[in-house]
Amino acid sequence: MSSERPNGLFRNIPAKVAAIPMIITALVVFMGGSLWTMAYSLTKSKLLPKWKFVGLDQYERLWSTKRWVVSIENLFIYGVCMLIASFVIGFILAALMDQKIRFENTFRTIILYPFALSFIVTGLVWQWILNPEFGIQSIIRGLGFTSFEFDPLYNADIAIYGILIAGLWQGTGLIMVLMLAGLRGIDQEIWKAAKVDGIPTWKTYLFIVIPMMRPVFITTLVLVAASIVKVYDLIVAQTGGGPGISTEMPAKYVYDYMFGGQNLGQGFAASTMMLLAVLVVVIPWAYLEFGGKKRG
Amino acid sequence: MESSISIRDLSLSFGAVKVLRNLNIEIGQGEFLVLLGSSGCGKSTLLNCIAGLLDVTDGQIFIQGKNVTWAEPSDRGIGMVFQSYALYPQMTVEGNLSFGLKNAGMAKDEIKKRVARAAEILQIEPLLKRKPAALSGGQRQRVAIGRALVRDVDVFLFDEPLSNLDAKLRADLRVEIKRLHQRLKNTMIYVTHDQVEALTLADRIAIMKGGNIQQLASPNEIYNKPANKYVADFIGSPSMNFLEGVIDISGAPQFNSDVMSFDISGYEFVDGPTGGPAWFGIRPEHIVTGELLANAPVQFDAEVELVEPMGSDTLVWAKVEGVPMHFRMDGQAEVRSGDQMRIGFDPARANIFNKETELRI
Repeated sequence: MSSERPNGLFRNIPAKVAAIPMIITALVVFMGGSLWTMAYSLTKSKLLPKWKFVGLDQYERLWSTKRWVVSIENLFIYGVCMLIASFVIGFILAALMDQKIRFENTFRTIILYPFALSFIVTGLVWQWILNPEFGIQSIIRGLGFTSFEFDPLYNADIAIYGILIAGLWQGTGLIMVLMLAGLRGIDQEIWKAAKVDGIPTWKTYLFIVIPMMRPVFITTLVLVAASIVKVYDLIVAQTGGGPGISTEMPAKYVYDYMFGGQNLGQGFAASTMMLLAVLVVVIPWAYLEFGGKKRG
Repeated sequence: MESSISIRDLSLSFGAVKVLRNLNIEIGQGEFLVLLGSSGCGKSTLLNCIAGLLDVTDGQIFIQGKNVTWAEPSDRGIGMVFQSYALYPQMTVEGNLSFGLKNAGMAKDEIKKRVARAAEILQIEPLLKRKPAALSGGQRQRVAIGRALVRDVDVFLFDEPLSNLDAKLRADLRVEIKRLHQRLKNTMIYVTHDQVEALTLADRIAIMKGGNIQQLASPNEIYNKPANKYVADFIGSPSMNFLEGVIDISGAPQFNSDVMSFDISGYEFVDGPTGGPAWFGIRPEHIVTGELLANAPVQFDAEVELVEPMGSDTLVWAKVEGVPMHFRMDGQAEVRSGDQMRIGFDPARANIFNKETELRI
């Protein structure tokens, strides 16, 4: 046995070697790619990236484009509604599922099934369901209610909610499953103690069980938030951004400008704005969650 | 004396599985009853029925003279302590103690008074502002007891409250629960699988097996006069020695096995001397050696096989005429495996059970 303390750098060599590919990926692809994108968003690159510095021109143009502003508004509406509704519905479904019901496996599978479909399929299916010619509206009218109107995808004011319905249909199942796992992790004796204390069920959920499920909520929040920010294929399949530009989303804007409009600079500026938006949310949260105090 | 809890013809089945069968128990005011049994015997199920956490299939439960068979747990006048403590982790100790009371709409200063009293009794005043995660197991269980205490109820239910604690803490808290009972004089029902807890705490012990009560009696009676072979075997550590044989009452009562036979005229039969196939049981601590042999009418030569020194005493595993027997000796005794020694016992301290029914005779 050597009497000197071994150099920390050379301990656990295999683990360090194994981590190198991921470290390189994180540095080059994530960090490097982001920085490169930010740098070139300050140029007037068109079809190919060209280093012709124009300052913040691309951003000025971006924010004076109606389509971008609408995209941001849509993302905000879709994001807030999706977060709240999918959490509420997902949790309620999970709570109902947790009442020792029969055929729980069957119900769980049915509710989780939409998650197994791609957004393209979901978008197409809901495009048909919401189509006034042969969807819900025509069925209800066929039953005799001839003045019934339900065509959200054809009304520019509410088309985004038509997208929201499809998004919820697809995303809620996963949230339910995560919440159910969280509920199952709660000690049954907590429920018994609350019952002996005479605390009503809804209060037990609200003040005892949900606070205990905090880690599950955070995991779910990260998953849902990521799916909201990157929503793209659902729009393409369901509305193509229409009617007009009423259901445009930032991710679609980025894609269209980079690969469709041959305007890389504009696309880079838009994606940098998206990154910025995510950081604005994540940094304060991470600071609150991990900063200041040591976890224990 | 009016009974505090009265359980009448209580049965519980889950589908075809009968968990509790026609139980009848009367528990007196201020009595400390322990439900003891191996796992799966229905003791926790019975406690949950009393608490109202499980719906009974048949029968009735009365608490303080009130029929509470179908009442909500919170309306039964009970407080309950659980094995896993079941504290609300996001609330401070004070929050844990007061949450139920606040919820019942109690006045603030009354809540404060009760929390202060419980904290004083359990000596958890310095912990009131802490969260359960910052407490040790023993402190958490104290808080859990406190949560039952602030409810100011007549009946306390304990569901294996000490099973999650280490041996030393368990012994400390056991004494504390006993002290608490002496101070509060509430009726307490305590479920455990630990016979030491049962024997030390209980006024009466109910030994359960397969949803039935095998014997309901004082610790002393359970230990010295077990009603059947199961109870005799279950209580006492190490367990009782059993010899299989036949009792002959043609003359002075005599026990005959394949390899030995001895006079048992000192034994007090339940209904006068009864003959027939039987189990003869004698506790390890009732087998004597050395000078004490003078008081032992029945004596044998034994060959020591194994010695387990336990500090305060020594456990000896031996063979008598090829029949295994174990017995306790003084902690200072010098015994080695292979030693020959003379052992003996007084049949008056033995327990004899019918071979067929396994009931005491």
